[in-house]
Amino acid sequence: MLNFESLAAIGLNHYLIVSAALFCIGMVGVLVRRNVLVILMSIELMLNAVNLSFVAFSHFSQNINGQVMVFFVMTIAAAEAGVGLAIAVTIFKRFKEVNISFFEQLKG
Amino acid sequence: MSNTLLFSLLFIFPLLGFLFNGIRFKSKNYKLAGIVGTAAVGASFLISVILVAKLIGLEEGARSITVHLFDWINIGDFSANASFLLDPISAVMILIITGVGSLIHLFSIGYMSHDERPSKYFSFLNLFIFNMLLLVLGDNLLVLFVGWEGVGLCSYLLIGFWFTDQQKAAAGMKAFITNRIGDAAFLIGLFLVFTNFGTIEFSSITSLLPATAESGWSGPITLACLFLFIGATGKSAQIPLYVWLPDAMAGPTPVSALIHAATMVTAGIYLIVRLSGMYMLAPDVMMLIAIIGALTAFFAATIAITQNDIKKILAYSTVSQLGYMFLAVGVGAFVPAMFHLMTHAFFKALMFLGSGSVIHAMHEEQDIRKMGGLKKYMPITHFTFLLGWLAIIGIPPLAGFFSKDEILWYTFASPAGSKVLWVIGAITAVMTAFYMTRLMALTFWGESRVSKDVHPHESPVSMTIPLIVLGVLSTIGGWIGIPHLISHYLPGHIPNVLEHWLEPVVKNIELTGPATMADEIVIMSLTMALIIGAAWTAYMFYARKSSIPSKVSKALGPLSTAVENKYFVDEFYNSKLINPLIEASKGLWLYIDVNFIDKVTYLASDFATGCGRGIKHLQNGNIQRYAMYMSVGLILILSLILMGS
Repeated sequence: MLNFESLAAIGLNHYLIVSAALFCIGMVGVLVRRNVLVILMSIELMLNAVNLSFVAFSHFSQNINGQVMVFFVMTIAAAEAGVGLAIAVTIFKRFKEVNISFFEQLKG
Repeated sequence: MSNTLLFSLLFIFPLLGFLFNGIRFKSKNYKLAGIVGTAAVGASFLISVILVAKLIGLEEGARSITVHLFDWINIGDFSANASFLLDPISAVMILIITGVGSLIHLFSIGYMSHDERPSKYFSFLNLFIFNMLLLVLGDNLLVLFVGWEGVGLCSYLLIGFWFTDQQKAAAGMKAFITNRIGDAAFLIGLFLVFTNFGTIEFSSITSLLPATAESGWSGPITLACLFLFIGATGKSAQIPLYVWLPDAMAGPTPVSALIHAATMVTAGIYLIVRLSGMYMLAPDVMMLIAIIGALTAFFAATIAITQNDIKKILAYSTVSQLGYMFLAVGVGAFVPAMFHLMTHAFFKALMFLGSGSVIHAMHEEQDIRKMGGLKKYMPITHFTFLLGWLAIIGIPPLAGFFSKDEILWYTFASPAGSKVLWVIGAITAVMTAFYMTRLMALTFWGESRVSKDVHPHESPVSMTIPLIVLGVLSTIGGWIGIPHLISHYLPGHIPNVLEHWLEPVVKNIELTGPATMADEIVIMSLTMALIIGAAWTAYMFYARKSSIPSKVSKALGPLSTAVENKYFVDEFYNSKLINPLIEASKGLWLYIDVNFIDKVTYLASDFATGCGRGIKHLQNGNIQRYAMYMSVGLILILSLILMGS
């Protein structure tokens, strides 16, 4: 059973902790995984962690600006995912695999 | 026109010629290259004439034009400016350089017509004129030194002009290295002059001389004079550094005429005459100069008698005549030295160009034993060469007579001279007459020994005009310095123009000895008689076939072999100086350089590599790794900040 009393006690810090946790998970994903798709997903995770803190700050400071910013971030994230996936598809077509190390071939 | 502009133009024309031909150095258009090169020097000659005319227009005693172009070096007490001085001495020099220079340029057009790289040749020649002008016009020792080095460079480039021939390239290097030895001594002399006087400007040095003379202690000045003189022996080919000049004949013949007879090699004489006041305070060095000059004159003349290469004979003759000039400055006869410098420039340039004309006609044959009877094929060359011959052996009234006679007279009568030096000088004059007559006889007179497939012909006009002009100069050039003895008997009492002209800047030593006019007449007639006798003997020996020369050389045995082989000086230098030096250098290379200096530098570089070895793996090109470093760094910094607050 959800305890709404305790839900009301959730403050800014709780949101920030979750956001930080998400961000770290995303970052570790970017740093250690070799699969391009996973890396892209991890980047999404990091962006959304930031979005979460934006919204949380916006809510607790009674200021709409933060939420507006989130829309921008989502737009950029969508665009970025589009480009990233396109590259990933091309890499896959060429190497039948989407390992990040193939990107080294892009060196001049 | 202002003086500054005139001076600038004087330098700019040869420099432009150098740049023009230097940029298009691959062009084979010898006419364009030659005409531009000649025009550049000709323009300089015109400007020189204008400048000298201006100088003559000035009041006597105040004849000097100084032009300051820009401050060059100013460090502490030391200052050297790019400024130039035109006074009677440099006036004589620039007229010779640009005048004889433009004639030789003109001659070169014909001479280099078959050459592969005429543009390069003319650009070097113009650069030489530029540097030579710097040398004689600089108003301080440092500008002079720049020109001094510059002419050395051009000499090197032109001696080794046909560098595909290894021997010729080696001759160029020999000249350069020998000159370097002298140049090092010159620099030491320059430093000593600065430490003594605190200045290297000629006018300041001259004004400081009386005070120095009064102080009585001439030690440092003697040393400075000595080192500058050693510098002069390098450039002017005197014992012991004369060995490069005979080899320098590897260059094109007009180069030999311009650089190795008329102008560059006289730079040493110019230097000493320019500093004559200082040298008068160093009688010991003067004596040394006189002795070296006399010995060089003598030994070079003996070698010249035995040579068979037409250019080698002229080369040794040049060394010998330069010895005369040093003998003259050594006994305090500065004006006769300048006089002989000028007349020698005329007749020796003439003879070198004449030999160039002969070599050109003989298809690069230089051995006079394979010539003979060229008189009828080459009348103009023969006639002008004849004038040069009469001038150098000293037949009046040609140029060489007056200058040589003055030198011998001063050697005899000057308080700084001596009878022994005079005897050496007189014997040298006799030998000069002998070997020059031999050269004439074997080349132009007697029976033809020309091989059948060579058809000698007279040279084109562009080559004969310079010969004719120089022939005229060799004939009348001496008349500006007629000694008092002779002018005394001439109608109108023509004064000694040259002596009068140079008087404000250079004074001869005063003749205080007991020698009288009667002595002078006796000495003059005696040398004349000996010279004519020697010339006659040589004519009988060589123009009419005679077996006496070979008998004489047989009778002399080892001595004649030694002379023929130039006293084995080159061999001596090779075995006793150059080879030990090379061996020592090899030792230094193997033990000091390879085993010590190299090892130390390797240690330093190994240390640096060792330091880097551990962390060089950090930079491996993997982007994820870099992102990791950034994140870790960020985390570290953030945690430091957070912990701090």
